Amino acid sequence: MELFLEQLVNGLTVGSVYSLVALGYTMVYGVMRLINFAHGELFMLGSYFGFTLLVSTNIGALGAGWGLIVIVLMAAGAMALLGILVERVAYAPLRESGRLAPVVSALGVSIFLQNAAMLIWGSRYRAYPVWAALDRRWQVGGVHITLMQVIILGVSIVLMLLLYFIIQRTTLGAAIRATAIDQDTARLMGIDVNAIIRFIFIIGPALGAVAGVMVGLYYRQIHFTMGWTYSLKAFTAAIMGGIGNIPGAMVGGMLLGILEMLGAGYISAAWKDVFVFIILIALLILRPTGLLGERVAEKV
Amino acid sequence: MTAGKGRLAMEGVSDAKEFPRRGLIYGALLLVLLIFPFKAGPYWTDVATFFGIYVLLGLSLNIIVGEVGLFNMGHAAFYALGAYTTAILNTVCGIPTIWLLPVSGIVAGGFGYILTRPIIHLRGDYLLIVTIGLNEILRITLINDPWGLTGGPNGVLGIKRMRLGSLVISRPIHFYFFVLIISILAIFVLLRLQRSRIGRAWNYIREDEVAAEAMGIDVRSMKLLAFVLGAGLAGIAGSIYATKMMIISPESFTFWESVVLFTIVILGGMGSIPGVIVGSAVMMILPELLRNFMQYRMLFFGAAMVVMMVFRPQGLWPSKRWQLEMGRETEE
Amino acid sequence: MERPLLQIVGIRKAFGGLLAVNDVDFWVPEGQIASLIGPNGAGKTTVFNLITGIESPDAGKIMFAGQDITGSPPHVITRAGIARTFQTLRLFPNLTCLENVMAGQHVRTKAGVFSSVFHTSRQQEEEWQIYEAARCCLDKVGLWHLRAELAKNLSYGDQRLLEIARALATEPSLLILDEPASGLNNVETARLMGLIRQIREEGITILLIEHDMDVVMGISEWITVLDNGRKIGQGTPEDIQQNEEVIVAYLGKEEEDFSWNSCN
Repeated sequence: MELFLEQLVNGLTVGSVYSLVALGYTMVYGVMRLINFAHGELFMLGSYFGFTLLVSTNIGALGAGWGLIVIVLMAAGAMALLGILVERVAYAPLRESGRLAPVVSALGVSIFLQNAAMLIWGSRYRAYPVWAALDRRWQVGGVHITLMQVIILGVSIVLMLLLYFIIQRTTLGAAIRATAIDQDTARLMGIDVNAIIRFIFIIGPALGAVAGVMVGLYYRQIHFTMGWTYSLKAFTAAIMGGIGNIPGAMVGGMLLGILEMLGAGYISAAWKDVFVFIILIALLILRPTGLLGERVAEKV
Repeated sequence: MTAGKGRLAMEGVSDAKEFPRRGLIYGALLLVLLIFPFKAGPYWTDVATFFGIYVLLGLSLNIIVGEVGLFNMGHAAFYALGAYTTAILNTVCGIPTIWLLPVSGIVAGGFGYILTRPIIHLRGDYLLIVTIGLNEILRITLINDPWGLTGGPNGVLGIKRMRLGSLVISRPIHFYFFVLIISILAIFVLLRLQRSRIGRAWNYIREDEVAAEAMGIDVRSMKLLAFVLGAGLAGIAGSIYATKMMIISPESFTFWESVVLFTIVILGGMGSIPGVIVGSAVMMILPELLRNFMQYRMLFFGAAMVVMMVFRPQGLWPSKRWQLEMGRETEE
Repeated sequence: MERPLLQIVGIRKAFGGLLAVNDVDFWVPEGQIASLIGPNGAGKTTVFNLITGIESPDAGKIMFAGQDITGSPPHVITRAGIARTFQTLRLFPNLTCLENVMAGQHVRTKAGVFSSVFHTSRQQEEEWQIYEAARCCLDKVGLWHLRAELAKNLSYGDQRLLEIARALATEPSLLILDEPASGLNNVETARLMGLIRQIREEGITILLIEHDMDVVMGISEWITVLDNGRKIGQGTPEDIQQNEEVIVAYLGKEEEDFSWNSCN
């Protein structure tokens, strides 16, 4: 029972990271029908960016609360800018091309960013510095819970609720939903589709960067290939929830995190990624619209 | 009704004339290929051998991606299956590697059938993701060393060379000619298939799956056939790679290897055999020439992929049949 | 004399809660030009998809030339001798006209990987047969001179004809045309009607699914009318024009689009 609860907490933590990254995938897919492979790299770069801020600036001196907020905001801002840049350079010129060209272009961006990170930060693991103020843990009924886990879960849930509110309750959200259903009609209705796409490429990478910094603080070690690993998991989460479905990505991420950690705890840690992919493949064969249903008529 | 008449009269078939007309050029090319290893020295002969292995892999993926239009982003899995089949059966059971060449092809082709049968109906993007998943599952399995067969992260070592009668294929020049012969055979087979009822059926599926089905084409079987042939050829390439390296490990068969293969097909031009050769050349030989800038190699690849898609999405040497799928038309 | 080539018995198909086709019986007499008509949403397309194997019925039976083809996949149905065209053109855009039509011969040939690679004499003869059949079908619709042109470069009217040629190349005994006249001008429509009659003369039964009343009344010998997923009438054009239920349910509603005069 303790193992179960322990793995449940671990699963929720890593799952909320998957959710945050999955949101970027699902939003882009919903609006552009594109698997944006580069998204995982933005998450990874966000993590490295936060690392550099922590190591080479004095932001840490602001204290745990403000320091964390400033770092997360700066990383999110930087990745949002990079996200727009990627969209302009690699996807915008391909708006009218078939579906294959943008996917290949996305892979190209992914390779490029990954190797850029390797050249800048080196090919070995980098370690986030220990931040004493954040290094707290409690024992609740035999289960260890760290402060970082609480922060990750809290921040993720707040951000996801905020995004859900924007999409469902604001005019901007309505415009995004309309664009997801049919770009041409949306354009005729006077929606600036390019602005919507830019917005998606600001929000997605920003959320990814937040996840990246938190992963760095939680696991301490970061590596230039981690974008790819998280990317596949996040995409699986997006498909689990039904691609294009925003609440679906949130639920899918959590569920995937829990399944993965339970698999690691009860069966074998070395095979945990295999479970993830088997779940993905089984899901696509048995229920291709995802657990919560793909928003075919109403993507996003 | 003689056999030859049919071929000559088909002037409406896109590329029926493509090859014979260029016979002279291809003859000259063959001459260069025959002389090359005697002039180039062992290092460049080896480079050419690996180039040949990539051509084989590119050709095998081209059947799936180029001819049928199925997005397979996990092709390295079939390459790995071929290589590991040869490695394991040779080191554990002591079967001579020359016999394992066809065996590896059959095993990889068989897996191609078993693995893709349940997923063959998935639409484009989903198939792409699932093939990535299969690639990863296989790679992790190899690392986890099931039943002590795959040797974990270190891989399998001590694979024997191939022996043809009294000749042991060991020196660079042996491998060079061995790969050259296999490649020419493969190109011959694929050209014949391209211009047959089967090749046309593949292209019909690529162009419009629903219409192809309505014309009486068994779309599912045709797609599976492409996967089996593509996987089988990749398995053969893997077998050659294993005997050339004598040691193989999971890191040679990662997702990025699949991306490189996919890029070869896209770069050259989908469905185009000369395109595959050009694509392999760009991906293999350019990095060799840029050895001093080794660390920037992948950076260059990534950028090149984006630039290609923006400025020349139909590939460097597009097949005549295939000029619009990538979104833009070219002026000939 | 009027033997049914295609006979449909009590087919039913529901999508979710919506009963798209409800216990429909109808038949197509061999060697004639038959039509399936009905207002939008009457279930024509669903019936069509059931016949061609794109969907399988929840209940009922589809008999073709004495053979039960209920629920068979499309390629089996094509092999059995039913060919179709698409309402929204579905050609192979980047292949030549000749190659498009050659697709039809796929079901009539059987060369596999081995014989294709080794160019067996059988395979070579087959290739010749495919070519000849394609030439003949292109000739029939008058597009032989465009054989080397890519399908996407053809005019709209020619693309419709190319689709018919491609369907004919499957050597069907029943040809189903899904709104072949839509998007055609008067000259092209007249040419199309001539072509349909000519195809019938060659012994191929035709089932037309059509909105254009001029075409339907002018050419059909046998008409089935659907409304709300039910069959409401079947018979010769004269019978249909007098059928009260048909007039009320279908023709009455679309008075503006329709005039009896144009049929006579």
